[in-house]
Amino acid sequence: MIELKEVSKKYGGRKALDGLTLTLPQGKIIGLVGENGSGKTTLLKLIAGLLTPDSGRATYGGSKITRKIASNLAYMPDTDLFYPCFTVNQLFDFYDTQFADFNPIKAKEIAQFLAIELDSKVKSLSKGNRGRVKIATTLGREADYYLLDEPFSGLDPMVRDDITKGLIRFTDPERQTVIMSTHELKEMEPLLDEIVVLREGRVIAHEAVDEIRDTHGKDATTWMVSLFREGR
Amino acid sequence: MGIDFLPDKPIYQQLIDRITGDIIRGTLIPGEKLPSVRDYAIEAGVNANTMQRVYKELEQLELTETKRGQGSFVTEDESRIARLRDEMKEQLVTSFIQSVEALGFTTTEMTEHLRKRGGEND
Repeated sequence: MIELKEVSKKYGGRKALDGLTLTLPQGKIIGLVGENGSGKTTLLKLIAGLLTPDSGRATYGGSKITRKIASNLAYMPDTDLFYPCFTVNQLFDFYDTQFADFNPIKAKEIAQFLAIELDSKVKSLSKGNRGRVKIATTLGREADYYLLDEPFSGLDPMVRDDITKGLIRFTDPERQTVIMSTHELKEMEPLLDEIVVLREGRVIAHEAVDEIRDTHGKDATTWMVSLFREGR
Repeated sequence: MGIDFLPDKPIYQQLIDRITGDIIRGTLIPGEKLPSVRDYAIEAGVNANTMQRVYKELEQLELTETKRGQGSFVTEDESRIARLRDEMKEQLVTSFIQSVEALGFTTTEMTEHLRKRGGEND
């Protein structure tokens, strides 16, 4: 379990996270939504141990999050793949040297599922296929947590569909947790167990998708829009 | 991608409706094996936890049976399926009557119209 208590993080004078408190249970697919600049990426980087809070406490399984969490947690940034001259195979070999939990057989199975040629050079791939390779390298790790920053942004519907199917097929909801930031809430809602809404560096709502529909009688997108209208 | 879901009903409930619909239509026949939770989740584009809940509730409704190590199967209990068909008819008729009453149509004019339409459909 990941717990954040009263966590703040400033960049210069600007507060990216402002006393944020959040508990992320294991075995769920959790969507992180909110406007640009609401703190989604900062939150993900903080959980990944890439940033340390200015104040407050971030813990994983009871102990303070440090860069060492990377051995249990796979973080996928929203930037493009490195190493353009590698073939997909070489990229997988490289990941294998970097991460103890990287499973080349699983990565190749994912690549096959997503119809990626293992001999293609990364730089010769289309943007969509680079997106597919990125998810294959991330899910190729046997991590407890997968943190995905905007995994769908800028990708066409076919690639988004493939990534969704890859996520369902290659993660185990009994023990693995996926936390992903997204602007495509409408499209992603069926994939999510829980939704965390951020605004100005704070959590303004955290609910189960079924609960939103059961108790509020609306889909997640309508619910989120109404939260912002009410200005909570 | 996957299935288009209605906005005002929980997704797991819509998936239960979809599978019971398949049982009533006969697309799924008694004793037929359902896809694995994972495979159905991928097809529908939904979370595996959601699909797990759907399978569990179908089992509680006694519409499916889980055989250890083999998966889920549509019940072979024909009387349970007959009951499901009756429940569905009851639901349809109830919502029909509600709409009819809301608009103030009389029983006579509606039964007359239904008989006319029924004749065309048969």
